[in-house]
Amino acid sequence: MAADDVKPNEQIHPGRPVIVDRYTVGARINHWITAASLILLGLSGLAMFHPSLFFLSGLFGGGQFTRFIHPWIGVVLFFSFLGLFLRFWKANLWQRDDGTWLARFRDVLANHEDNAPEVGKYNAGQKLVFWSMSVLIVILISSGLVAWDQYFFQYTTIDQKRLAILIHSIAAVVIIGVWIVHFYSAIWVRGTISAMTRGRVTGGWAWRHHRKWLRELVTRSRKETGPSGSKPAE
Amino acid sequence: MFPPLPNPSTTETAPRFSEKDLIRRSASNVLAPERQLTEVAKLIDVSKCIGCKACQTACIEWNDTHPPVGAFDGAFENPPDLTPDMFTLMRYSEWDNPETNELEWLIRKDGCMHCADPGCLKACPAPGAIVQYSNGIVDFVHENCIGCGYCIKGCPFNIPRISKVDHTAYKCTLCSDRVAVGQGPACAKACPTQAIVFGTKDEMKQHADGRIKDLKSRGYLNAGLYDPPGVGGTHVMYVLHHADQPEIYSGLPKEPRISPLVEAWKGVTKYAGLTVLGVAAGIGLLHHLIMGPNRVTAADEEHAEELTEGDSHGRR
Repeated sequence: MAADDVKPNEQIHPGRPVIVDRYTVGARINHWITAASLILLGLSGLAMFHPSLFFLSGLFGGGQFTRFIHPWIGVVLFFSFLGLFLRFWKANLWQRDDGTWLARFRDVLANHEDNAPEVGKYNAGQKLVFWSMSVLIVILISSGLVAWDQYFFQYTTIDQKRLAILIHSIAAVVIIGVWIVHFYSAIWVRGTISAMTRGRVTGGWAWRHHRKWLRELVTRSRKETGPSGSKPAE
Repeated sequence: MFPPLPNPSTTETAPRFSEKDLIRRSASNVLAPERQLTEVAKLIDVSKCIGCKACQTACIEWNDTHPPVGAFDGAFENPPDLTPDMFTLMRYSEWDNPETNELEWLIRKDGCMHCADPGCLKACPAPGAIVQYSNGIVDFVHENCIGCGYCIKGCPFNIPRISKVDHTAYKCTLCSDRVAVGQGPACAKACPTQAIVFGTKDEMKQHADGRIKDLKSRGYLNAGLYDPPGVGGTHVMYVLHHADQPEIYSGLPKEPRISPLVEAWKGVTKYAGLTVLGVAAGIGLLHHLIMGPNRVTAADEEHAEELTEGDSHGRR
């Protein structure tokens, strides 16, 4: 169970401060393609969602091009997120401690996360973001295909299209909300962004926010050094 | 006999209405116009229609569209459905009247109804792509259209069609360009039996009354006017000999209205959606102002160093 949290590429580099590898180059590129797609989808989608945001279509060279490019970016996002899903789903499986962590969410918000259980690679909030994104993207791509008149007009009735676009817009609002949570958390919890840019975090960050993960990494590197190693003092 | 439309004059005529007469403009607000134009309407009397398709031909001619030559597929409709190049279409249905046991050939000229509460305009996200004049004409403005097809989802009558050529939506304009200079729609001008007549909405209702009385006297007891209140009334109306069952006329909806799904999408979702997102962003900002960032402390780094050093001690 805990082994799911630790990947072979995640290495600890002792020093001052300790540096811990968190994301591979592949995962980071995958993440930023997804991020760019999601932001472009949000901007182009909002342009067609509310008249007061129609000006956003100017970013894409006008309404016609916005209408044309939005679904294609959606296709990119779908496959890009699929890559992220395959990379991260195991580490995001829900565990017993996650419920306890959520119950102490008030402490977490007040920057007293010591009162919550130690966290593995992802905390319950991150896992909720992950699963919400996964479910919402499936809803958005399927309802989006129904509304993609250029290629799929003849496969559905007009009433089905009406329902699809209503679901699409509601799911879009929710996913932007989830994105706000994701984006804000990365800013609020300082030291997080380097995980997705340079791929590494400091040992202190891992100790503070993902202590169980750090312990697992340490345990593993001890095992790797062989059974000759004596039991360390902690 | 309804007085026929006058022929155009040879002198230049200034348009009788313009952008100043808009009462609705898609995805925008308009100021109430200074004057109210007299509402116009087209009345289609299906009982007088002989199915000659002169209206379709006149429509193609006036609007200069070029529908491709189609293939015969066993039905009278030509083309089989409305297209971006065919704004109006004669629809033919053969109906067994269960009361008289007789076959009735019902012919209806399909096309935009010019609703007083237009679903296409409500659904349209592009400012100014769909406009409504105070005389009741609902028109598409192609340079503002983005081709999203939301008008198709908004329309209770399944009328707009998106062109695969220029990716904008097309439908009957009620010949707004002809009406603006005192002419009637091309289809009405061409109709040889006066099954299509054009005038003010009041005139058309009056004329319809006379026709309905006539039909009733001939035994069509359910004859009536189709001016559905669910969309606020329309500026294209039908006289139907079986007004109690409009569906038999190739699926003319009995109680058309803007779908509740469209109302929810363009109503509560639009406003609540942006509010929710604004509040979410506001909560984030407020949280940061009050609680501040969650920073890693020197003590955290020391703990991590101890933990990993413990590791390297173990290795020695």
